[in-house]
Amino acid sequence: MNSLFNWIDQRTGARKLLHEVLFENVPGGARWRYVWGSTLVFCFTVQVITGLFLWLAYSPGSQTAWESVYFIQHQMTGGWFLRGLHHFTAQAMTVLLLLHLLQVVIDGAYKAPREINYWTGVLLLVLVLSLSLTGYLLPWDQKGFWATRVATNIAAITPVVGPALQQIVVGGADYGHHTLTRFFALHAGIIPGLIIAFIGLHVYLFRKHGLTPKEPRRKRDEPFWPRQVMCDAVACLAVLAVVLTLVLVNHGAPLGAPADASEQFSAARPEWYFLFLFQFLKYFPGGTEVWGAIVIPTVLLLLVGALPLLGRWKFGHRFNLGFLGAMLAGVALLTWLAVAEDRSKPEYVAAVKAADFEAERVLALAAAPSGIPTAGAVTLLRADPLVQGPKLFARNCASCHRYDGHDGLGLQPKDKQSASDLKGFASRPWLEGLLNPATVDSVNYMGGSKHKDGEMVKWVKENVPTFNASSKEQLKQALIALSAEAGLKSQKEADLRDVAIIGVGAKLLVSHDLGCIDCHTVLNKSDGGEAPDLTGFGSRQWLTAFISNPKHESFYGERNDRMPAFGADGRLTETEIGLIADWLRGEWYEPAAGGR
Amino acid sequence: MDPKDSPTQPDRREFITKACALTAGAVAATVPAAAGLFVLLDPLGRKGGGGEPVRVAALEAIPDDGVPRKFSVLATRVDAWNRTPNVPIGAVYLRRAVGGTVQAFNVVCPHAGCFVDYVADAKHYLCPCHNSTFDTEGRIQDPKSPSPRGLDELATEVRDGAVWVKFQNYRAGAKEKLPA
Ligand code: FES
Repeated sequence: MNSLFNWIDQRTGARKLLHEVLFENVPGGARWRYVWGSTLVFCFTVQVITGLFLWLAYSPGSQTAWESVYFIQHQMTGGWFLRGLHHFTAQAMTVLLLLHLLQVVIDGAYKAPREINYWTGVLLLVLVLSLSLTGYLLPWDQKGFWATRVATNIAAITPVVGPALQQIVVGGADYGHHTLTRFFALHAGIIPGLIIAFIGLHVYLFRKHGLTPKEPRRKRDEPFWPRQVMCDAVACLAVLAVVLTLVLVNHGAPLGAPADASEQFSAARPEWYFLFLFQFLKYFPGGTEVWGAIVIPTVLLLLVGALPLLGRWKFGHRFNLGFLGAMLAGVALLTWLAVAEDRSKPEYVAAVKAADFEAERVLALAAAPSGIPTAGAVTLLRADPLVQGPKLFARNCASCHRYDGHDGLGLQPKDKQSASDLKGFASRPWLEGLLNPATVDSVNYMGGSKHKDGEMVKWVKENVPTFNASSKEQLKQALIALSAEAGLKSQKEADLRDVAIIGVGAKLLVSHDLGCIDCHTVLNKSDGGEAPDLTGFGSRQWLTAFISNPKHESFYGERNDRMPAFGADGRLTETEIGLIADWLRGEWYEPAAGGR
Repeated sequence: MDPKDSPTQPDRREFITKACALTAGAVAATVPAAAGLFVLLDPLGRKGGGGEPVRVAALEAIPDDGVPRKFSVLATRVDAWNRTPNVPIGAVYLRRAVGGTVQAFNVVCPHAGCFVDYVADAKHYLCPCHNSTFDTEGRIQDPKSPSPRGLDELATEVRDGAVWVKFQNYRAGAKEKLPA
């Protein structure tokens, strides 16, 4: 063994190197306060390792980035753990960088002859922050997408070179494939390469000048190995323990809905350690943005870089401590202001809720048997009635109608309700309300429209109260038969169970006993009445045809109230009308219980 | 320094050797870097999409009380090597101004590019990022707004009851409205 080592040593000088690494002198003995640098090297190593493994599965591209990250996080064995480790170690690294900087400044370790070493450290800080910034975009989810738009637009404010710089980084005028390929190259190649080079220089200079001892020295000098190594190792383990806890608690790292430039995303915020910059921008009115976005941050960074020069002055060290303290207090205050403002803004809270909902929904859709199409996961959300239905309803229907008392999205429209509440439309309970003399002319049915005084309301109010038990039973059977026409998913079992009743009810619908057929066309049978055709009432076909054109003669014809012909007038596309109809009918993909 | 290493009188031949070494090294290093430079700078020559009139909505679909409504703009999206027809490339707010003309605003905030929201109660647009506000005409409302200009108005045209918009994105953060 020893002879093998000698052989290697003669050819490489490994023994001397190892000795240098392990027996570096620690003046005043090993101390916990010296561990920060090592924890940072540790974190960076974790990032390189986890990053390389993530690279095995990641695909930068606007139709593959989110999709591949989704696959890592939710389908690949241990993927969530790997991704979580990478995500939270990045956060830990930012915190540790700050602690390292603080310790260096407090201990005066930036003073001559260590200025250049300090500067490489500041550069490393900037480089690590750029890693965060570029990494934030890579999952190509709404959050990363909108935050990066803001970040790159701010870069464009830089005088003279800004716009060109932005185009080069973004890879063109629009955000897409090339934004991802460029950010990925920066994140996984260029920046880490620079970091490795600067860590090399940083450690070399650190070794050259030795550790800056904290005076007074409490103990005798000792070599790095073994006590300081032990301290460092324990500190690294502690960092790892914190990171692992975060990974387990969060089950990996968050992944929002896929990026979509045409979809409102009011929950856009940068990573928490950039919130202070985000908040800072709010204080610079139009025309002065460059001060808040570029000039002041750059000056502050330069001042941080200038600490070794300022430190030469008699009170320099104290000034430096004060300056750094004040700056960090400012950063903390701005961060707190940003968080507090968001918490108190109902719009923001609602936006986060909506974002969470879409993030969760797209996961269900992606895990559906049909999977993610080549066009990307963004198309899943665009074609999903559960996501699009309420939005379309709020925008197009809720100025008159309601859905369970709200606009579909849970808000109250500014216009008063003046048409029916469509929650459960065509279901048995909904029809019971319609055929109930007490509710038919309420605002939830016909009370808000001009049909309030129409034949239907009159019929219900005049006839139903006079019904004897058997007529009531007939009405119920007819109602069940009519509701079955809709073929609602929620009533599938009941409809199957009540086949016999539906058969009886169907006959009643077309008989003159109840009189539906006197006015309506029912089950394709007509007595020439002009009321809406109820054949297939509430079915997808019926509903889309109705929304497309309620003025059609098979529906209200001339007697239509204010409802626009959404399809015929070109207000909504066929797809959009289909989405509203599917949503109202409860027709959307639902993952099987207990499914993955 | 050792006087042998740096003769006080540099000899001519050595000078040429040094110059050659430097030139050869520089050329060898420049070629790959320059080759990459073109690809690096390629985006500079690329123009953003848009500018063509696109049918966005039926005139009927825009409320006639001056309240704006949001619409997606469907067109052909070009993303490097992909061309996808009829997909959302952005969104606009459309409103009927007094006199019946139709105004269109790009939803993107001119400050740093967030998607502005229309707040019906307050009758203004609010940017969810740094709180810029714009009145219904798209002008800056609160003078403390960080946005350097009002919302970007887009050219519209009404043809056979439909609103056509020349969709275009503009550079954020600039006082003037420059196409992106
Ligand atoms: S992006 Fe709109 S205010 Fe900053």
